[in-house]
Amino acid sequence: MNQLQHTTIPSTTGTWQSVCALDEIWPNTGVCALVNGRQIAIFRMKNDDLYAIDNHDPHSGANVLSRGLIGDLAGEPVVASPIYKHHYQLRTGVCVEDADTALNRYAVELRESTVWVQA
Amino acid sequence: MNEHIRILVVGNGMVGHYFVQELVKRHPDLSAAKLEVTVLGEEPRPAYDRVHLSSFFSGSTAEDLSLVEPGFYDRPGLELRLNARASSIDRIQHTVTLTDGSTLAYDKLVLATGSVPFVPGVAGRDRENCFVYRTIEDLEAMTAAGTKAKSGVVVGGGLLGLECAKALCDMGLETHVVEFAPRLMAVQVDEAGGQVLRSKIESLGVHVHTNRNTTAIVDGATARHRMVFFDETWLETDMIVFSAGIRPRDELARDSGLAIGARGGIAIDDFSRSSDHDIYAIGECASWNGEMFGLVAPGYDMARTACAHLFGETASTFQGADMSTKLKLMGVDVASVGDAHGKTPGCRSFHYLDELRQIYKKIVVSEDNKTLLGAVLIGNADEFGTLQQMALNAMPLPDNPEFLILPASDGKEKPGLGVDALPDSAVLCSCNNVSKGAIGEAVAAGACSIGEIKACTKAGTACGGCVPLVTQVMKAEMRKHGMAVNNHLCEHFPYSRQELYHIVRVEQIRTFDELLAKHGKGLGCDICKPTAASVLASCWNDFILKKDLASLQDSNDYFLGNIQKDGSYSVVPRMPGGEVTPDGLIAIGQIAKKYSLYTKVTGGARVDMFGARVEQLPNIWEELIAAGFESGHAYGKSLRTVKSCVGSTWCRYGVDDSVGLAVQLENRYKGLRAPHKIKFGVSGCTRECAEAQGKDVGIIATENGWNLYVCGNGGMKPRHAELLASDLNKEDLIKMIDRFLMFYIRTADRLQRTSTWRDNLEGGLDYLKDVVIHDSLDLGAELEAQMQHVVDNYQDEWKTAVTDPEVRKRFRSFVNSTVGDNNIVFVSEREQMRPATPEEKRLEKTIPILALVD
Ligand SMILES: Cc1cc2nc3c(=O)[nH]c(=O)nc-3n(C[C@H](O)[C@H](O)[C@H](O)COP(=O)(O)OP(=O)(O)OC[C@H]3O[C@@H](n4cnc5c(N)ncnc54)[C@H](O)[C@@H]3O)c2cc1C
Ligand code: HEM
Ligand code: SF4
Ligand code: SF4
Repeated sequence: MNQLQHTTIPSTTGTWQSVCALDEIWPNTGVCALVNGRQIAIFRMKNDDLYAIDNHDPHSGANVLSRGLIGDLAGEPVVASPIYKHHYQLRTGVCVEDADTALNRYAVELRESTVWVQA
Repeated sequence: MNEHIRILVVGNGMVGHYFVQELVKRHPDLSAAKLEVTVLGEEPRPAYDRVHLSSFFSGSTAEDLSLVEPGFYDRPGLELRLNARASSIDRIQHTVTLTDGSTLAYDKLVLATGSVPFVPGVAGRDRENCFVYRTIEDLEAMTAAGTKAKSGVVVGGGLLGLECAKALCDMGLETHVVEFAPRLMAVQVDEAGGQVLRSKIESLGVHVHTNRNTTAIVDGATARHRMVFFDETWLETDMIVFSAGIRPRDELARDSGLAIGARGGIAIDDFSRSSDHDIYAIGECASWNGEMFGLVAPGYDMARTACAHLFGETASTFQGADMSTKLKLMGVDVASVGDAHGKTPGCRSFHYLDELRQIYKKIVVSEDNKTLLGAVLIGNADEFGTLQQMALNAMPLPDNPEFLILPASDGKEKPGLGVDALPDSAVLCSCNNVSKGAIGEAVAAGACSIGEIKACTKAGTACGGCVPLVTQVMKAEMRKHGMAVNNHLCEHFPYSRQELYHIVRVEQIRTFDELLAKHGKGLGCDICKPTAASVLASCWNDFILKKDLASLQDSNDYFLGNIQKDGSYSVVPRMPGGEVTPDGLIAIGQIAKKYSLYTKVTGGARVDMFGARVEQLPNIWEELIAAGFESGHAYGKSLRTVKSCVGSTWCRYGVDDSVGLAVQLENRYKGLRAPHKIKFGVSGCTRECAEAQGKDVGIIATENGWNLYVCGNGGMKPRHAELLASDLNKEDLIKMIDRFLMFYIRTADRLQRTSTWRDNLEGGLDYLKDVVIHDSLDLGAELEAQMQHVVDNYQDEWKTAVTDPEVRKRFRSFVNSTVGDNNIVFVSEREQMRPATPEEKRLEKTIPILALVD
């Protein structure tokens, strides 16, 4: 239904790096990758769509978003911060409760069965 | 010379106290308002809730019943004298003399002396073990006598008499009710209703004797007393309680020459003034238009009127009272509305009688068939609210009024009241005088659960009879404000948590995906996923970090530890009952030291270790498990701790082994997941050192077994636990706890503690007792079996987690690196480490950072 479904819109560019095997991310969960000193939260949806955003939750100051629960709000995929439960849209990085806050998004791809991120 | 106005209130009962509250509401600083208020109370304690007096038998204490907020009578300008009885009034001097001889002057006098139980003039009525039912002292005396008696008789089959009969029944006595009239509750109920009520009550084991006039009480042959009736039949019994009506305490007024009503009582006008305009009379001692009111609501009404009049307001007047009543007598619904006996000329009535289910309903309508005049409901009083409002507000009747009381037949909606038709002025809660308008205001101000409505309007907090109607009005008001009244969990599931629980059980659903596919839509969210996880765990108790369950778990369950503000975790091993060996303590100390964890003894009587990074958790737990510990579930919406005092093993007051029981209970219910966390407490005697009455489940040892309290809470909104059952042996105790917990799990909302669940439970404590103790829903065995399933499937989650390499791999900060999160920084304080503040993190270089061991 939504053409953007498969593409994260990266807000930063950089070099591509392989991160982990797809199997290391359980479906419907996230992991955190350390890429060029950045903490990046990578999420694997039920249908194997991948999203990558900052792991840092600016509302709590903790690096925790990869451990948040993922799901959707009105069809838009989101992660809920485990600390104070703010929601961030996975496609845009925008905070649902506070539209002025937006996280960096990163390009993420599946090559063979390995997850690659550009950061 | 005294420029203050001296107000003297005689009687510190329900109405007298309410009057003083009204004064204080108008003038919080009485002294500044130049008021000098003195209150005389003959009883040894300040005002208490007589309406709920009977709950004294089910464990309420005098403090629980108190109506007086601590410190209320300490304010300047207000004095309360207890054990102080007024003996005469001098209306010319404006003074009142007390039995101790002292004299008090007044400018305005308020008589709120209530009434006394009427004891018929039977020879032998003042023998030992003959009681009345009015004060806490009466009940204390009855309780003492009850322990030595086998049987008891209540004289009087009215409202109070039946309530008293229930108390005797609960004491385990063979109970009789002796009534002078030809039927029970003659005042409220008609002939046919009385019949149904009688057979209901007899089926509960109470012997009912109507048309019996007692002529004498003499020594018995098989029991202490023999009651002899006018027809020379007799009945033997160990104790007797007279509850044959009440008489107003108007003696002060009579002796000082005030006008007295035709049937007694201090005659008052519409402003609650007696024939002397400096003297008001309010409550049960007053007679308005020759009528006296044996209920508290009209008394409150008089108190408000008198107070307003005292300050020169003449707009509000006392206009009589609606004597409609609804109560549950011995588990039987009894209600009467308005003209229950159909005394209005030309009126017609409709009856419905179901002899199988023992239900009787009657409505009385006006001659023109347009308005409802009265009603009687026995056995089931669901329509009470509707009928009462229809009668009170003279609302138009539907075309076929008989459908109001007929059972709804399939597919046909019962003609309801349509709460929208009610005027804003309609009083929904007559005990606390809460109108429909007030409920509307509360909703507009944000209240959207019956618990919140109760808290801010007090509606439904006295007798509770109005709760269904108040709920209806609340929902209608919410709809008006465009608030969602659906109880859908979230946008993904059009069901409440209770409904989902039911679906999961009935369809044996074991995964979220299946639940979502069959009953939901979208991907789910952080509301429905943890709720489903909790429901699945309550039902099946599978390992929560299984691949298809892990992704549902909330922050804390996700890594089996409480996530702290900086993203580090705490580690809490279980110490059942707070018991731990020295070796256990040493092991914890060594592990905490090795991983540089901050340690603290918690309010839950165990040791928490803070500051573990996610990748350290499996190693820490591996060592704890090796030392004999298991998960404390401090992270779960599940059983936390069973706090205990040291009990009879060590304590010189202890009557039973509270620690032993606590350990047993904690081991039984550990790992049980619920809508919210559950805390237990067990005390070894009534000194209650474990504070069990502040817990969801509290147990206190008595000489005869264990008393079980439920639904207490500490925290933000403390709530005293209520006595559910007493003197249980261990086996029954566990059975009751099984049922209670599973019933809570089954019916509570998400994140609803037992205390709020209980506040929102329609039917309240009585209903809970019916379900848990009397198994009224026929669920007992099922609930016990479900609990046994959870108990049998317990596993130590941490043990499973560290021994499964797949699961263990999840515990790391980074999927592609073994380093830790450099945002987790600790500094030292009081010889331990704590998380650095953001400020300290910025100055990182200039202050000593504690080294971290991996
Ligand atoms: C067991 C029971 C159950 C009830 N259930 C209900 C119910 O469900 N619903 C309902 O509406 N009502 C119920 N009632 C009735 C209700 O309790 C009374 O209507 C209410 O208490 C009346 O308040 P009052 O202040 O007029 O009288 P009281 O509460 O009796 O207070 C009068 C006080 O004045 C004191 N006093 C009297 N004379 C003097 C004096 N000379 N000097 C100093 N002090 C004096 C008395 O000791 C007493 O403390 C029940 C009553 C009982 C006993
Ligand atoms: C998300 C916030 C909270 C966390 C992470 C948390 C965590 C804990 C932990 C770990 C314990 C120790 C118990 C144990 O040893 O297992 C505890 C105990 C306790 N907590 Fe909380 N808690 C939270 C919120 C609250 C709130 C809001 C209240 C009050 C309303 C509360 C009241 C208590 C009390 C009274 C105890 C002591 C229990 C006892 O005496 O039995 N907690 N809490
Ligand atoms: S509750 Fe009783 S048994 Fe327990 S410690 Fe206190 S006094 Fe002792
Ligand atoms: S009282 Fe407040 S600050 Fe203290 S532990 Fe509980 S939630 Fe945290």
